[in-house]
Amino acid sequence: MGRAAEPEVRRDSLIRFENVGLRYGMGPEILRDLSFQIAPKSFQFLTGPSGAGKTTLIRLLFLQLRPTRGLITIFDRDVAMLPRQDLPALRRRIGVVFQDFRLLDHLTTFENIALPLRVLGKDEASYRADVVELLRWVGLGDRMHTVPAVLSGGEKQRAAIARALIGRPEILLADEPTGNVDPPLARRLMRLFIELNKLGTSVVIATHDINLMNQFNARRLVLEEGRLTVYD
Amino acid sequence: MTEAETELAHKLQVAAFRRQSRLAMRKTGQLVPEGTVAGNALTIVVAIMSFLACLTLGAVTLVRDASRDWQSDILREITVQVRPVEGVDLDAETAKAATIVKLVKGVASAEVLDAGASARLLEPWLGTGLDLAELPIPRLIVIRLSDPDAVDLRGLAARLKAEVRGADLDDHRSWTARLQTMANATVLVGISILALVFIATVLSVVFATRGAMASNRDVVSVLHFVGAEDGFIAREFQRHFLLLGLRGGLAGAGAAALLFALLAFVIGPVVTPESDQVSALFGRFAIGPIGYFGAMGIAFLIAIMTAVTSRLTVYRYLAETD
Repeated sequence: MGRAAEPEVRRDSLIRFENVGLRYGMGPEILRDLSFQIAPKSFQFLTGPSGAGKTTLIRLLFLQLRPTRGLITIFDRDVAMLPRQDLPALRRRIGVVFQDFRLLDHLTTFENIALPLRVLGKDEASYRADVVELLRWVGLGDRMHTVPAVLSGGEKQRAAIARALIGRPEILLADEPTGNVDPPLARRLMRLFIELNKLGTSVVIATHDINLMNQFNARRLVLEEGRLTVYD
Repeated sequence: MTEAETELAHKLQVAAFRRQSRLAMRKTGQLVPEGTVAGNALTIVVAIMSFLACLTLGAVTLVRDASRDWQSDILREITVQVRPVEGVDLDAETAKAATIVKLVKGVASAEVLDAGASARLLEPWLGTGLDLAELPIPRLIVIRLSDPDAVDLRGLAARLKAEVRGADLDDHRSWTARLQTMANATVLVGISILALVFIATVLSVVFATRGAMASNRDVVSVLHFVGAEDGFIAREFQRHFLLLGLRGGLAGAGAAALLFALLAFVIGPVVTPESDQVSALFGRFAIGPIGYFGAMGIAFLIAIMTAVTSRLTVYRYLAETD
């Protein structure tokens, strides 16, 4: 197949797609022939009109979906060959911010953000200071013991981002992270992502906000009708 | 902001504050919300199952103890029957049989029932005022054994048959065999009932776990993408079900133990016609320590079964849905 013959190519990419296609059931292909890679410490926007498949692509990127054809390599592992029990360890290296936040309503902000550390079986005393520091960094220091139901959209957004960051992931995937906030807050969140990127995390931000993208000179992955064009 | 909105905001704040105070009281938030695990109904089912299992166990130990008592009573007493034979002195033959028996090792006493005692035994069937001398009534020798194992019953029977005319040794073996069969059957039925109860408990827990997993689908999916392993998720659910099983199991076992104690109190010491009947059959109506310890054992067994079942169900569910 020739896949094993090019390990030197893989080494400089965290995620690599080769001719990836995806369909749900017997339906039409939602994503067609995607080939691209996410390099370490890179920053890119994933954009395209609504319904172009951005969220589906994000789900492929964090191993929630498997492609119906093509090859996806994540951290040098062929996704098609990954056994179930290896998924958690890989997912911990990827931080995800969902469009709908997916915070757990019955947990406090602190508990929500600490979740990735808690599932590692860590003792609360060992991560309390880190979580509190991150909460302050995203401006939620005074909302620590509040449940998500009483947080504003922007606060939930920041809580979701904090949860994605607490485990120090190598890649951050954010699906419309500025979709629910006003432009000033959107810019603040973007600066947060850029700062994070400077610290060494690869960032992929799915957005259809062209104004926002125009403010930052970054690589763009444009999805249109299931096909991807990359503007470096 | 209108007045209604202000009021709503205020109400929300109060609710949030109350909720926060509640949250502050617990140590760390449970990942699986308490209310979403089909709690009360399942606890009651588990309690009922545990109660039934304990009752079954109690009944089995009661019957087994009673049958052991009967058996040891019966084994400690054998009878020699000397039938009247034409032209033979029945009294002399009976006395001879008694002498033979008394010399056997392991025999404590051999008592010849006199005509009066025989008459009393027959009274229920023949009525009073009969002259037994005219009837061919066999004479009985009641033999008490001090050590049933040391007595060679087969040799004794052969010897009596050879030396005493019309003598027959009845060692009640057919009775003990029947009792044994009955006791074994009861134990078998009891074990079958226990097995059915356990299976029903396991199935209820399987359904409840699957229900809890389905209603916590969002929690499970969040746990997945933050990198939780199946074992972690299983432990979160298992903890709920272990507590639930323990609560239900102990409640059922406690109720059963209470019932045992109550029955022993009501039937045990007071002599009424009914309690006489019961004690004739079962001896003193009392569930021994095995019954009570067994009930506790069943409670913990059910709790562990509940936890293990939910754990396995979570693993299967996760493997199916991922």
